[in-house]
Amino acid sequence: MAKHIQTIVKANLSATVKTGGCGKCQTSCQSACKTSCTVGNQVCVK
Amino acid sequence: MLDLLYFEKYPLKKNVHSYRQGDLSIAHDVNSGSLHVLDEGTYNVLKAIEELQELSGSISIAGITQVLRQTGKTELGEELTEILEELEELRKEGTLFTAEAEGIQPTYPAKPIVKAICLHVAHDCNLRCEYCFAGTGAFGGSRTMMDLETGKKGIDFVLESSGHRNHCEVDFFGGEPLLNFRLVKDLVEYGRKAGAERGKTIKFTLTTNGVLLNDKIQEFLEQEDISVVLSLDGRPEVHDRMRPYADGRGSYAKVTPLIKQFATQRPESSPYALGTYYYVRGTYTHFNLDFDQDVLHMADLGIKQISVEPVVAGPKDAYAFQEGDLDKIREAYDRLGEELILRRGQGRDFNFFHFNVALDQGPCMVKRLSGCGAGHEYVAISPEGDLYPCHQFVGQETYKLGSLYDETPLQLKEELVKEFRSAHVYAKPSCRECWARFACSGGCHAANVSFTQNLTEVYTLGCELQKKRLEVALYVKIKELMSGACQGDGPFDTL
Repeated sequence: MAKHIQTIVKANLSATVKTGGCGKCQTSCQSACKTSCTVGNQVCVK
Repeated sequence: MLDLLYFEKYPLKKNVHSYRQGDLSIAHDVNSGSLHVLDEGTYNVLKAIEELQELSGSISIAGITQVLRQTGKTELGEELTEILEELEELRKEGTLFTAEAEGIQPTYPAKPIVKAICLHVAHDCNLRCEYCFAGTGAFGGSRTMMDLETGKKGIDFVLESSGHRNHCEVDFFGGEPLLNFRLVKDLVEYGRKAGAERGKTIKFTLTTNGVLLNDKIQEFLEQEDISVVLSLDGRPEVHDRMRPYADGRGSYAKVTPLIKQFATQRPESSPYALGTYYYVRGTYTHFNLDFDQDVLHMADLGIKQISVEPVVAGPKDAYAFQEGDLDKIREAYDRLGEELILRRGQGRDFNFFHFNVALDQGPCMVKRLSGCGAGHEYVAISPEGDLYPCHQFVGQETYKLGSLYDETPLQLKEELVKEFRSAHVYAKPSCRECWARFACSGGCHAANVSFTQNLTEVYTLGCELQKKRLEVALYVKIKELMSGACQGDGPFDTL
């Protein structure tokens, strides 16, 4: 076990460049007036 | 051991965000999305490398040691070697110091595929909210209602322009859409039928201030599986100050019981706005920089899905954020994060929308780069049938994309489509260097235009707020996962 660093999440976002882009996800909105919003708070529906 | 020469060509600050939050030192690997908790020594080493890069200094063990000494940090001696060995392990594993996927640009079909519309069924409102971007409902025009013909054309538009996509979205918006409830009912019926004929499903959403949310309307929204976004700003005095009726009376006493009643009918609502959901959303301003108290007020009312978001205002507005507000806002997010963790531990759970990060199931890189799709995947339709890139642009002639009453309504104004498609993360110079670039997708187009008159220049206050929210969101997520790990779940692996 690492002594200095604890890995909490292992992810590979860059790989989704090849696997993503299906466009099925809900439309996001970055403004403050809608809550179907902000890409970072979405989930992938694939 | 990590070869420090690696950092001659690897800009650390934009690719690994190291920060302290609560009792943790965190490293967020931006390109992979991985998260690590660091000990004090490792955190100081990463910060020393950042500093050396900023000073264009030599990245070496001697250089790091010198920075640690100059900044009064504990010198690490042999521990530095251990840290560099662990960092190298993570680099090799692909969870730290990962490279940016190169040469990626969002690509789109020649003809826009619009799969979502915002139908402005009422350009009128029964409230006169101080901060309303819609000019208290009229969007700078006259107070008017959409008619059935235009509404049906809008539904037909999204069903046609969505091409091969089987799932379309229609948001009933205003003004206050319940002022035109008859039309909402008719269009849901029409949309279900017209969608089925084309083998498509429409997901309906309605955004309301709650004033007219009587039993009959609540029953309709439930029966028809319509997702609902309800507006409440929080504590009575905060809400009433910004959300009065035309005669100046506050609306808290009227809307709160109705919103509470509706929210409690949907206990299983998704925090990620999936399926049929509700969200109670508010806006905070200069007047309630302690907006964490408003979130908690709503949580205490029994509301579980809460979003309270910063106002976007011009500098002359009294409620606009002022110099010096930012630190107070950051403190409010800090307090809210800690309170959320505490309440979750006590089984008094609620969700704060901007602290939700689906690290395991988040959107793909393509979506993160392209953002909201305003102007080519999403359009807003005014009561007159005019098409705009999104609800925030409605009424601005420069941004008119076309009309449902044009001979070829599906033919959107080409140069505008191109302009919006081109305004992605990598087109914005400041976003390219920002560690939060894949979480915010370059911010809101309308806010950017409003503050910079340019789609590719960003609203910098918005950036600072976004970054703070993300820092706390990641911290909350880590705390949640660490607590799970204590119960035997182990590290969270999405590789």
